[in-house]
This record gives sequence, structure tokens and C-alpha cells, in this order.
Amino acid sequence: MSIKGFHIVFIVFSTLLALGIGCYCVWVDLTVGEPIYRTGAIASFVSAVVLIVYGVLFYRKMKRLRLIT
Amino acid sequence: MEIPYTVSARRDTGLWNAKVGIWLFLASEVMLFGGLFSAYIFLRLDAGPGDWPHGLLNVPVGTMNTAILIASSVTVVLAWAALKMRDLTKYRIYMAITILCGVVFLVVKLAYEWPQKFDHFGAFIKEDALGKYEQYLGNKHLLEKGLPPRKEITGHLHNKQALTDANIKEYEIALDPVYADPTNPVMDRPHFWPKPATDKIASIEKEDVQYANMFLPKHSSYFASYFTITGLHGAHVLGGVLVFCYMMLPASTRIYRHNPEHLANRVEVAGLFWHFVDLVWIFVFPLFYLL
Repeated sequence: MSIKGFHIVFIVFSTLLALGIGCYCVWVDLTVGEPIYRTGAIASFVSAVVLIVYGVLFYRKMKRLRLIT
Repeated sequence: MEIPYTVSARRDTGLWNAKVGIWLFLASEVMLFGGLFSAYIFLRLDAGPGDWPHGLLNVPVGTMNTAILIASSVTVVLAWAALKMRDLTKYRIYMAITILCGVVFLVVKLAYEWPQKFDHFGAFIKEDALGKYEQYLGNKHLLEKGLPPRKEITGHLHNKQALTDANIKEYEIALDPVYADPTNPVMDRPHFWPKPATDKIASIEKEDVQYANMFLPKHSSYFASYFTITGLHGAHVLGGVLVFCYMMLPASTRIYRHNPEHLANRVEVAGLFWHFVDLVWIFVFPLFYLL
């Protein structure tokens, strides 16, 4: 596997981590109810969306530049 | 002498040599970290209720370090892509950012996170003395809520000589917030945002203590695993940073002038290693900081 493929795998895992942290924050917010967890959840879900968008753009750009065949 | 297959692929493997080498190396790394992660998981599964420390790490700092490593993975790929497009200036900029990210990660870890732990103290109370310290532990409250009991009292040790002087009969601890107000429902779960130790001082008699120490590897299996895995990971980050620094030196520029693809392949191999190191952190962070 090249660095391009591994980078996409890495972004997938990073996105899963961001989603996981978001869910964790929602769970703690529901059980404890501290506002900081709600902020953490929003930040995590936004990060997940940013990573997904970046991943798609990266894949398209690499394909356009023919660095991914 | 020209080293063969640094740029072109071998017929038998279909790959240039360094790529085969790095994947074999990464396979051995998977076994190394896999063994350590397995040990951590089994130690944790075997721990009794309340025996496993929880919520002792600084989550915001860990989150920041995670973001730094993810950003560095992006910049290392951009550095490689810049080389592929024969843009040496952009390559240098992205590589410099990658090195900076690695250095910041290490500085935060070694100059802030670890020393904070070395300055923190915990005393595991003997089973038969837990009731004596109920005002700090709040176990009746936890029992009512169906939560695991607390067996350790943590905070900042005022009389550090008590660790070595047998004539001192008690530990004086400036309590962490959870032990200063243990029945407050807000304290039932670890805090995302760490709170400093309170002014409330607790005197813990040594004869009631099963084991006490600063937050060092010998404190518990948890901290032994934490320092082993994050230390080994930090050594890998340092290794990666050193390789990237080498790739910024004039020697690498000469390789670029001679054959740009040769340097691009070197950067790709180093980038694969860097991605692996960052991927390890993606597992370290939730395991140690959150769960």
C-alpha cells in the first residue's frame, strides 16, 4: 500500500475517533450534564465532518493528479 | 556504486526495495504495540471494581496532541505530493510544519503531561479502613448509584518526606476535587476539564494505607502501561522527527537534484512510518484518556 492509501485509512480511523469522542461526550453529558461535554460533542462531530470532507477532497485531488491510479 | 531498486520496482516483488522494507518493519511494529495493547486490555479486564484508576489524565491536552498528530499526517502527505509535483519550496514548508508538529507533541508530553503526573500522589486504602475515610471516598453514595467504589485518595502530597521517612506516621494530602466533595453527583464521573487540587487537607494514616506513591510507573498497572506505551510511542515520534530533519538537510537536496523521484520515495517511506505512529496514537488516546 502506498502513502496515499495509508493516508485514507488513517483519515478513516481519525474520523471514527472523532465520532467516538462525540458519542462519548453526548453520553457523559446525559449522565452528568456539564456544558463542557456538550461543547466537546459539537467540536468532535464538526471535526468528523471536516475529516470526511478532507478525505473526499484528498482522494479526488490525488486521482486528478494521477497520483492515485 | 549505484544501489538498485531505489526508484524502479523489482520484477519479483513489484515494489522498490525500501517499500518492502518499511512494510516488513511496520509488521514488526504492529506486533510490538499489539502485544502492549493486549497486555493493557487484559490487565484492565482483570482489575477488580474500583481498582483501576480513571480520569487521571488531562483530556483537553490529549485531544490537542491528537489534533496535532492528525495535522502532521496531512502535512507529510502534502510534502510528498509537493515533491511529486517537483515543488521543492512547498516540500520544505510542509516538512517544516510536520517537524514542528512532532516537536510540539513531544514537548507537551515530556515537559507538561508527564511532570504533572510525577507531582501527583495517590494512596490506596486498606479494605478494612475504607469506612474510616468515607468522608473523602463517598462510597455509600456510589453504592446507591450502582457505581464502582473508590479505594484510592489522590491529590498533592504536602509532606513528601513521608514517602521515605518511617517516623512520619501519616500522609498529608491536598485533595483532588473528587475527594474534597465526594457525594456531589458532578464528581461521579471523571472531568473532561481537569480541576486543580483543593485547599482541603486530608491526613491519611500510613497504617491504613495498602500502597501509596506518586503517579510513577510503579504506582499501578495503569501508570506502568501508560508510561510504557506513551514512552515507546514518544520514542517513535522522536525517531520520525529525526528522519524528517535529515530530509531537510542539503544531502537530501542533492538527492533531489540528482533524481527527484529517489527523494520522493524516501519521503513516502518515512511518511508511511509517520502515519503508523499517528495511527498508534489514535488507539492510545481513547484507551488511556477516555475509557
